Amino acid sequence: MDINDARAALTVLGFVCFIGIALWAYSGRARKGFDEAALLPFSEDDLPVPSAGRQTKEGNKNG
Amino acid sequence: MQSQTYNYKVVRQFAIMTVVWGIVGMLVGVIVAAQLVWPELNAAEWLHFGRLRPLHTNAVIFAFGGCALFATSYYCVQRTCHTRLFAPGLAAFTFWGWQLVILLAAISLPLGFTSGKEYAELEWPIDILITLVWVSYAIVFFGTVATRKTTHIYVANWFYGGFILTVALLHLVNSAEIPVSLTKSYSAYAGVQDAMIQWWYGHNAVGFFLTAGFLGMMYYFVPKQAGRPVYSYRLSVVHFWALIFTYMWAGPHHLHYTALPDWTQSIGMVFSLILLAPSWGGMINGIMTLSGAWHKLRTDPILKFLITSLSFYGMSTFEGPMMSIKTVNALSHYTDWTVGHVHSGALGWVAMVSIGAMYYLIPRMYGKTEMYSTKLITTHFWIATIGIVLYIASMWISGVMQGLMWRATNPDGTLTYSFVESVKASYPFWTIRVVGGVLFLTGMLIMFYNMVKTIAGQKPYEAPVLAPAGAHA
Repeated sequence: MDINDARAALTVLGFVCFIGIALWAYSGRARKGFDEAALLPFSEDDLPVPSAGRQTKEGNKNG
Repeated sequence: MQSQTYNYKVVRQFAIMTVVWGIVGMLVGVIVAAQLVWPELNAAEWLHFGRLRPLHTNAVIFAFGGCALFATSYYCVQRTCHTRLFAPGLAAFTFWGWQLVILLAAISLPLGFTSGKEYAELEWPIDILITLVWVSYAIVFFGTVATRKTTHIYVANWFYGGFILTVALLHLVNSAEIPVSLTKSYSAYAGVQDAMIQWWYGHNAVGFFLTAGFLGMMYYFVPKQAGRPVYSYRLSVVHFWALIFTYMWAGPHHLHYTALPDWTQSIGMVFSLILLAPSWGGMINGIMTLSGAWHKLRTDPILKFLITSLSFYGMSTFEGPMMSIKTVNALSHYTDWTVGHVHSGALGWVAMVSIGAMYYLIPRMYGKTEMYSTKLITTHFWIATIGIVLYIASMWISGVMQGLMWRATNPDGTLTYSFVESVKASYPFWTIRVVGGVLFLTGMLIMFYNMVKTIAGQKPYEAPVLAPAGAHA
């Protein structure tokens, strides 16, 4: 087997891998996780709440 | 609970510098556009078009676009991982290091120091600094993802992560060079391999720096501003992997009809055509996120910016594959059409999505809920849009005209036009381009004013990290 067969095989493997990902993404199994993940940006309100946050001189010292 | 806050400081710094470098980079763009119309403006050697043009591209892509990507990725990754940014010292280093890179570029390029590789002109000492900053960026970003308090990694972070890893790889491979002095180096590659590696880099800089990174921005800020989750999460996952698997192959379309082997050119063309599918999938996914909330577009200029950016993304990712077809490329290559195409993507997609994201971020960085003036955001939007339309329409016309003039032959086989005749015929369109550029720059100045008024008198704000469920006071 020469090196070009290995290169072709890798390309085919990439294609099969992508088809696998697409099938998985559209299968029922992925659904629950996706629904949860889609809501991640909304798990907290990022509008400033003056009482909860703090207005410091610059930067902050904890964490 | 007030124990921990998000690291807003580094986000704030990058957000402000996004606007500043946007103005600088676009001003240089206006200058080089004017130099094409009025050659007398090439006043001194360090102000010459040939030296300012790479300064323009570096400033808008890596300074303006780069700062926007740093700011938004740091914000998004903290917010969707419910944890403070990993390694704050390194995060600060990415800010100061990146500013130093930009400063060195702004000095060395006008002085004429260049490695001659398009979009990678900076000389080897700066390349090393870029590498250090980028590795730190990767540690901060992936460290934050690794220490997340959530189960899932939000899709925007996948795009940001893909962008960070790929740009590291591109930079390391393409910038391999042999230094001969502190300010001069030669590429480690030669001949057509050098050209292919350069455009493998060049096109993937478009695909990952200017696309994947900004898609991460889109997948976070469009849902946030629209107030609803992304239209289809599974489509976004397929979108991500489709881009990852196809973009790497598209580079050869920059080298059609050159010494590059013909089959390589054809592969580049085929993969560029395939790219239309994931690109439009992503665009539709972003725009449809607004479905059921279209009325918000009427009143919310930030959404106007974000959704219009997606429209330009769709336009330029349709135009790109078309231009990669060899027969079309035979007409379009080396003409202003290419320049118009790039700016449809750069101004329409990259700049507009960044501007929208900055209008979202800046007030939040200072404890406010909105910018000083919403009306000025609307004004900015319309001025910018008209500027882009003037720019790309004039470049389409002059590009097609140049292509047709260059290929026109007389019955005896001689060329109908000399090159300089095509230059002369391009002048009116180059003038229109200057007007378009000035309008876009004016929009950025309005943004700067709005930003200063928003920040004035406000203290920097630090938001508390969301406590894990059950720990709420």
